[in-house]
Amino acid sequence: MESTKKSALGSFGAFLNRGTTPYILTFALTLLSTVLVYSSPRSIPAFLLFAISAALVYFLKLKKGYQLGMAVLIAVVIVPILGARNIFYLEVIFQIAVFAALALGLNIVVGFSGLLNFGYMAFYAVGAYLWGFFGSQQAFLLHEIPGTAPQGTPFLLAPDWFYLFIFLGVIVASIVGLILGLPVLRVRGDYLAIITLAFGEIVRQLANNFDKPLNLTNGPQGITPIQRPTLPRGLMTWFNSVVQPIVGHSITDDQFYNIMFYLIALLIVITVVIVTSRLDDSKIGRAWAAVREDELAATAMGIPANKLKLGAFAVGASFAGAMGVLFAASRTFVSPDTFTFLQSVSVLTMVILGGIGSIQGVIIGAAVVVILNIQLLPSLSLFLANLRQSDAVIPIINFPWKNLSNQLDPSKYQRLIFGIILIVMMIYRPAGIIPASRKKRELKGAVGADPSTGGRGQGAFSEDAKADEGADRG
Amino acid sequence: MAELILEAKGVVKRFGGLIAVNNIDFTLERGSICSIIGPNGAGKTTFFNTISGLYKPEEGEILLEGKRIDRLSPDKITAIHMARTFQNIRLFGSMTVIENIMVGAYTRLKQNAVQAVLRTKAFKDEETRAQAKAEELMDYIGLKNVGNELAGSLPYGVQRRVEIARALASAPRLLLLDEPTAGMNPSESEDATSLFRRLRDELGITILLIEHDMKVVMNISERISVMDYGEKIAEGTPSEIANNPRVIEAYLGRGAAGGDAAEIAAAAAEGSDVGEEASK
Repeated sequence: MESTKKSALGSFGAFLNRGTTPYILTFALTLLSTVLVYSSPRSIPAFLLFAISAALVYFLKLKKGYQLGMAVLIAVVIVPILGARNIFYLEVIFQIAVFAALALGLNIVVGFSGLLNFGYMAFYAVGAYLWGFFGSQQAFLLHEIPGTAPQGTPFLLAPDWFYLFIFLGVIVASIVGLILGLPVLRVRGDYLAIITLAFGEIVRQLANNFDKPLNLTNGPQGITPIQRPTLPRGLMTWFNSVVQPIVGHSITDDQFYNIMFYLIALLIVITVVIVTSRLDDSKIGRAWAAVREDELAATAMGIPANKLKLGAFAVGASFAGAMGVLFAASRTFVSPDTFTFLQSVSVLTMVILGGIGSIQGVIIGAAVVVILNIQLLPSLSLFLANLRQSDAVIPIINFPWKNLSNQLDPSKYQRLIFGIILIVMMIYRPAGIIPASRKKRELKGAVGADPSTGGRGQGAFSEDAKADEGADRG
Repeated sequence: MAELILEAKGVVKRFGGLIAVNNIDFTLERGSICSIIGPNGAGKTTFFNTISGLYKPEEGEILLEGKRIDRLSPDKITAIHMARTFQNIRLFGSMTVIENIMVGAYTRLKQNAVQAVLRTKAFKDEETRAQAKAEELMDYIGLKNVGNELAGSLPYGVQRRVEIARALASAPRLLLLDEPTAGMNPSESEDATSLFRRLRDELGITILLIEHDMKVVMNISERISVMDYGEKIAEGTPSEIANNPRVIEAYLGRGAAGGDAAEIAAAAAEGSDVGEEASK
């Protein structure tokens, strides 16, 4: 049963990968979905089609140059224009990028080195509060009661310090990662999970309570306004001159900020992917995997396990730090509510759902969770809520939606559906959407005898080809 | 007398009230193949773990090539050219064979994180060399066409070989093998025995093994140490050991003679001349 399903999928994949088919397919699909999204900006199927066509560019067997070209076209041209048309999509993609970077960072800790971490949001908070403090007026409000900023309080730093602070965020978060790492080295498994959970809560509570004796964080109210970097006016005029004829209106500052933050987030994600995949394919990545598999054997093979675990914490934390700085600037606001335990868990969900230890998987996981959470499920709720307003009846049982009691309000089912999706995924695909696979190396002795070489021609729908893809990109 | 590669002086390892290793003095000459035998629970593996740094001894000193190692962590000990395998194979099951072996080379690779991220030429060259070295080791050990297989999916005997290859990747001068032929059939363990001899003769690696298979022990060892209840009760050449009444007593209980003991003696007679030949 399983095997026939797989081979059917495989031959479908082979069909998609034959000759020029993938080129025509991806190009046509991208074009079609772009037009669809553009003409009906609120249509969810159109957006999903767009997402799928972008994913196909990656997963079908295409020439690298073509893939890169399409990726740049989609990321740098199509998305900003669609975003200018409907800012909501830009928000979705921005969040995907932010969470992809977070999930990739957590993946280093949880996926590569096998250390459970339930307090990952703490590092994101460190980055966010770093720019939150230095990029706002907070430094001059240390002795003020929260929420009583006097008129005309100056800002501490010029807005363009933001760019430097992305790097500072990396450094500070990785130092905090090391500090968390130190006590964590003594414990394993469940105990580690509890310690990291506690750490996450401590950082959030610090943010909550550090409004006295010195008002560093402005307490539960959060810090606002936080500066955004200045807009590159020249670029904006140029962008407007291109986009205005297409979209029909010129882009406001806020919209341009959204596009800019999206592009910065994209840049960070690309950097993170490169760093992660290159580390993974080095002695450090191998040592992480060895520590995850069997720490004792790893140390007996000469691996300083503690050093590597600390390293994993620091590197994982650093990505979150960079994204935290970006987040603070893009929202112009930080408050402790963003960094809850639930958020840490949802990043962990992305990692596990996408495929623990797998770089592509984790990105897909972030995309799926974000799209589900802020797009699909809310619109489903909206749809059901509308049904309740109407005279429609529930089919088969002929029960009018209107008469449904408040406790059974279908719009409250969002979390339920999300939970069911998670449960089903974990039962039927426990290794995630794209499971992690080890890199297949080209060995001189193994020509022909290596079963994985048979998979090469098969294309993207067989596991081996995916592994090859991942390796090529590394 | 040849130079000592390993020296243990009065080593004691306790677990709570249990004295697992009791005041052991032990020496190992460079270039020799020696065995530690003893009944189950005699403390052989604990002694191995103490030598390789996984346990810290409560008392005594351990010296590797004249250097104190009893306070060093296992990874530092591996770095100064001692490697080991485990009684119950401990490969990294979900990594490929070639990766397992490359993990073994960790301490020999000079690359760092920055080089890895920037993919410098030095890094790429080193990775290529590391992989070539790992493949070479696979050939040497007799592992064919399994480089890209997950280590955990391999048959038992092959896993044993991979574990030895992984240990060799760290360029050891002293190799500790904990029951390397356990679970092998006679022809496999014969292959293994000749492999150990090649490691010593061709690569100059000193080998210390814990072994239960008397045939292997008597065949390959130049010297044998016998442990019982955490103490070393005898030491000597295979024929000396086979005829040592204390050893026979430890294995078979007081008053036992003939029967199984004769088997040990027979195996000794068969193996010892080969062993002595090798030592010349």
